[in-house]
Amino acid sequence: MMNDLGRAFAEAFGLVARLDPQLLDIVALSLKVSLTAVVLAALVGLPLGAVLAVERFRGRQAVVVLLNALMGLPPVVVGLLVYLLLSRAGPLGSLGILFTPAAMIVAQAILVTPIVAALSRQVLEDAWREYEEQLRSLGARRMTAAITLLWDTRFSLVTIVLAGFGRAAAEVGAVMIVGGNIDGVTRVMTTTIALETSKGDLPLALGLGVILVGLVIMLNAAASLIREAALRRYG
Amino acid sequence: MLPLELKDVCFGVNGKVIIDRVSVEIGAGPRTIILGPNGAGKSVLMRLCHGLLRPTGGAIVWRGNGGTGRPRRQAMVFQRPVMLRRSALANIVYGLKLAGVARTERELRARDVLDVVGLTDKSQQAARVLSGGEQQKLALARAWALGPEVLFLDEPTANLDPGATRELEAIVAAIRATGTKIIMTTHNLGQARRLGDEILFLNQGRLVERAPVDQFFRQPASAEAAAFIRGELPWS
Amino acid sequence: MELRRSLLCAAVILSTAATAPDAPAQKFITVASTTSTEQSGLFKHILLVFEKKTGIQVRVVALGTGQALDMARRGDADVVFVHDKVAEEKFIAEGYGVRRLEVMYNDFILVGPKSDPAKIAGGKDILAAYKRIAGAAAPFVSRGDRSGTHAAEVRLWKAAGIDPAIGKGTWYRETGSGMGPTLNTAAGMNAYAFTDRGTWLSFKNRGELVIVVQGDKRLFNQYGIMLVNPAKHAHVKKDLGQAFIDWVVSADGQRAIAGYKIGADQLFFPNARKEQAPARRLE
Repeated sequence: MMNDLGRAFAEAFGLVARLDPQLLDIVALSLKVSLTAVVLAALVGLPLGAVLAVERFRGRQAVVVLLNALMGLPPVVVGLLVYLLLSRAGPLGSLGILFTPAAMIVAQAILVTPIVAALSRQVLEDAWREYEEQLRSLGARRMTAAITLLWDTRFSLVTIVLAGFGRAAAEVGAVMIVGGNIDGVTRVMTTTIALETSKGDLPLALGLGVILVGLVIMLNAAASLIREAALRRYG
Repeated sequence: MLPLELKDVCFGVNGKVIIDRVSVEIGAGPRTIILGPNGAGKSVLMRLCHGLLRPTGGAIVWRGNGGTGRPRRQAMVFQRPVMLRRSALANIVYGLKLAGVARTERELRARDVLDVVGLTDKSQQAARVLSGGEQQKLALARAWALGPEVLFLDEPTANLDPGATRELEAIVAAIRATGTKIIMTTHNLGQARRLGDEILFLNQGRLVERAPVDQFFRQPASAEAAAFIRGELPWS
Repeated sequence: MELRRSLLCAAVILSTAATAPDAPAQKFITVASTTSTEQSGLFKHILLVFEKKTGIQVRVVALGTGQALDMARRGDADVVFVHDKVAEEKFIAEGYGVRRLEVMYNDFILVGPKSDPAKIAGGKDILAAYKRIAGAAAPFVSRGDRSGTHAAEVRLWKAAGIDPAIGKGTWYRETGSGMGPTLNTAAGMNAYAFTDRGTWLSFKNRGELVIVVQGDKRLFNQYGIMLVNPAKHAHVKKDLGQAFIDWVVSADGQRAIAGYKIGADQLFFPNARKEQAPARRLE
């Protein structure tokens, strides 16, 4: 066991050290798919979170509960849903994007949107409690207030979006189904790990896992440094 | 837009009465101090006047405004300033933008008021990292930049040290000198004397007494006001 | 202002992401195939040859045979390359496939722990081995996933006159997953498992597992290839797909298959029949 772990780290190190071109392609695709998905999720999730934070309407509580529940969506379920939608026999089959990175982006965006929306709703609602009287005193309408809150909580929101990225980059169930793990086309880090595991090459699989975790850690560290600096500067 | 008339204004939350049938007319000119012990309902009354809260009974009418709606030319400074995460200058520009001031004019006006409150050298600093006194001065500048006809001040110096309090009072005096009507809450008797022309004395949600400052402190008409001036804690 | 800036950012990211994946407008087909062919490394080996020759990219989605056929039924593949003759013929009969061509074979093997609790090591008779496993209630891990290998395993249990369902939860375990994960499980449990030779040869996490039964004629594992019927799914790339099929059964393709080895072991044995080979040659 210790031996396997040692070999895993050695594999990871070796792959990184010699900049294995295949690995670079896979990492690049992983980043591209997950980052795009997270951007899409943020474009939908952040405004949704802001609206839920400042607006009071019938059924709002139900939407909040639903979003919180959807944070735990199993990736496989999302994958299956998107597969059935994008399959040639499905309603969006004519797009012909099943087994392409676009399909993977769609699935991950669906997976991450509730996370971004639900967590940002919480942050924005707290901020709204602090800002509400001041903004209303200045004559801000709800929509203006929502945009102001989004901008003013931007450093916290970055952390949330990164959490969404972590979820997207780490999931395998959805991208496996809608991407098909096609070599050189839709093979990302997690599906490669799954593949190497099923080929019984556990050290290589774990080595790839080490690289994946390393990437996520690096991204989060960068974001946290930026956040720290920003908080020092903007309070 | 003045005078502001309150007709039997009531406000309650979950059956608890906070403001109880207050009727008063506040006109242009004299600086009005809403005075009273903690929990008297001063801040709530001010929020009702400013339009942040809706009365649960009675009516609030800006008679000079044709009697309808909430006039725009009013501003409020809160006990604890809420600063946006941007520069001091940008905080003022933000308020001007919401007030519909033309883009080209916003920064000029913002720089003007920063200058008056003495924050010119802090204009590019993040508002949230300024000291409490500076933030409150900035809040005052943000409100003043809007050129309000009425300025509400809710215990603006409650969290400040004496030095900052003095500076803030001087700025309020300067704003007043431009013709802006000041309506302020405080539980600080000295401040009421220094900044006020007339006192509205509030206790337990009711307007107990209204009098010019001199008269109020020399010869309060009500036992509650007399006790408050003597520094006795109000019975509860 | 700030909103516009972030929107601009998003637009830039999206447009680069959208354009990048298929930047060189390459011809490609999608092939639904099995984990055994993909994971053994066969495809990587032969597709390079095909792509170099024709410029057609072959995108392989590797699933169990049952899932691969279902995927093709939905119209999500142009070509199916699988190994379950019974299921393939059903697929053709339903009208989803055009014509089934045999491509290659390898064989199934039974692997098990060195300790060999059922005492079957070295045997050739798979049915006898099955009977002894059931008799000894020795742990056996099945894929249970409607794959070609699973179908073959189940057919052999039937032929041995045993219903393995009686051992479910005790000695007979279904993993419901691919060949690789199933072998991982068998290695972890020191259980017997039924596998194709190709996956076994490329499988690294063997633990105590070794081959215990091989060489029975009944363990023959035939692979077939079919074009998905364009009459059922109009978008099927029939020319490109047919080009791939023609090449796989051509002398060239057959040679490429025979040439794939792990160490000294040849994994697949081409057996496309002459009379089914294409009349026209590519080039």
